[in-house]
Amino acid sequence: MEFFLQQLVNGLTLGGVYALIALGYSMVYGILKLLNFAHGDVYMVGAFAGYGVLVAFGGPADPRIPVVTLIVLMFLAGMLASGILGVVIERFAYRPLRNAPRIAPLISAVGVSFFLQNAALLVLGARFRSYGTARMVDPATGLQWGPLRISIIRIVVILSAVALMVVLHLLVQRTKLGKAMRATAFDREAAAMMGIDVDRVIVATFLIGSVLAGAAGVMVGLVFSRVYHFMGFVAGLKGFTAAVIGGIGSIPGAMMGGLLIGLAEAFSAGYISSTFQNLIVFGLLIVFLLARPRGLFGVPEPVKV
Amino acid sequence: MTPLLELAEVDTFYGEIHILQKVSLQVQPGELVCLLGGNASGKSTTLKTCLGIVRPAAGRVLFDGEDVTDAPTSHRIARGMAIVPENRRVFAPMTVMENLELGAYLRDGDLKGDFERVFDLFPRLYERRDQLAGTLSGGEQQMLAMGRALMSRPRMLLMDEPSMGLAPVLVEQSFQIIADVHAQGVGILVVEQNANMALSIADRGYVLQTGRIVLSGPAAELAENEDLKRAYLGR
Repeated sequence: MEFFLQQLVNGLTLGGVYALIALGYSMVYGILKLLNFAHGDVYMVGAFAGYGVLVAFGGPADPRIPVVTLIVLMFLAGMLASGILGVVIERFAYRPLRNAPRIAPLISAVGVSFFLQNAALLVLGARFRSYGTARMVDPATGLQWGPLRISIIRIVVILSAVALMVVLHLLVQRTKLGKAMRATAFDREAAAMMGIDVDRVIVATFLIGSVLAGAAGVMVGLVFSRVYHFMGFVAGLKGFTAAVIGGIGSIPGAMMGGLLIGLAEAFSAGYISSTFQNLIVFGLLIVFLLARPRGLFGVPEPVKV
Repeated sequence: MTPLLELAEVDTFYGEIHILQKVSLQVQPGELVCLLGGNASGKSTTLKTCLGIVRPAAGRVLFDGEDVTDAPTSHRIARGMAIVPENRRVFAPMTVMENLELGAYLRDGDLKGDFERVFDLFPRLYERRDQLAGTLSGGEQQMLAMGRALMSRPRMLLMDEPSMGLAPVLVEQSFQIIADVHAQGVGILVVEQNANMALSIADRGYVLQTGRIVLSGPAAELAENEDLKRAYLGR
């Protein structure tokens, strides 16, 4: 039971991270029908930006500012760096191809992904960096329920993931921008006919999705401690998998898909073997593609009358 | 008098295909003008050119004396244009209220009076205000598309085939509402295949054939035109 609960906490942590990545995938797909394969690398850059702030303020063992402030700053830096990067990518890699056949921006996305990975390799080198969270926050602090222990860092990560998703939900459902985003996702030309500046809505979508990915990057750095140039590849694939399982284009779907992938990964690592965790996660993708290709919350492609 | 809306010798292309060829037309303030023509004659393209969704290769678009040829759609809507698009194009996964709010996207401030005005015109929409637009019937969706356009308080309303796909009783109702909106002083340019119905409420009309204006004049004269009768009026 104790082991089960421990895996559950692991799964929720991972699930929060994958959900945040999946949201960016799904939102961009919803509006542009584009699979933004550079999204995982945007997340990688966010993780590095958080690391940069950590180092700039003296490193994990002996930071010059209070740890809470430091972690907040790391999150802000990761979200800002990824957000700006996402907007720049949209402007230079996708917007010029707005009216090209759908395959063209897809290839452009793969190109941007390679570019970012290799740029990080060139500038930062291939070695793993560690946030060294254990030296920053005593791993023994946290909640203790009988045999179950949840470290304070995991609590912070799970709560901030939930908070970001609540904010996103309110933004999309309640605000004028959110309504414009939903309208544009459904029918871009009709949205333009309402006076919505579709280009600005697309930029906002990239910004929001990338900010979430940047937050996810810092979260992964804090919990799993390993930051490197290639980390966006598998994480991006899993975010994509989560988005597809949830129903690509659907925001609640991305959240549920991310949670499902995180739990599947944690439990297969815990009960079977961590060797097989990716096999099981991507096996899940194949099962969904065969049995329910539109995902949990997806709507079938509307038939235009 | 400065026309409210004017196209001056407009040419448009879709890829290599020449769609509109030197199309000129005018709508005076408060005037109801219909644009008739068969399939693929360029009627929808004409409306999209007015709104800036389609950009002309040559010619000018003027709105209330201002050259808006290069202005974005949002600018034209802010200045007072609105459209009821072909096939209604309501935002199906959003509620009736949200659809109406989007109609007022470029306006700030209180929309309460505007909601009331729309709900007075279309009581059905009030009953269904929290329903998703996709669950409405075709006639209700047409009302929603009309109401959505009115939410921006337009001076110039562009309407693309408002009768398409509606049952005959709804077509009549739809044209009655167009006449009502016109009576409030809104300029209207309505594109129609249903020429009889359109001419019965319009002040003037233009006939478009494969991208050219081939005929124009007061609606009453067009209704008696022999060529037009043979081609479109089925009499």
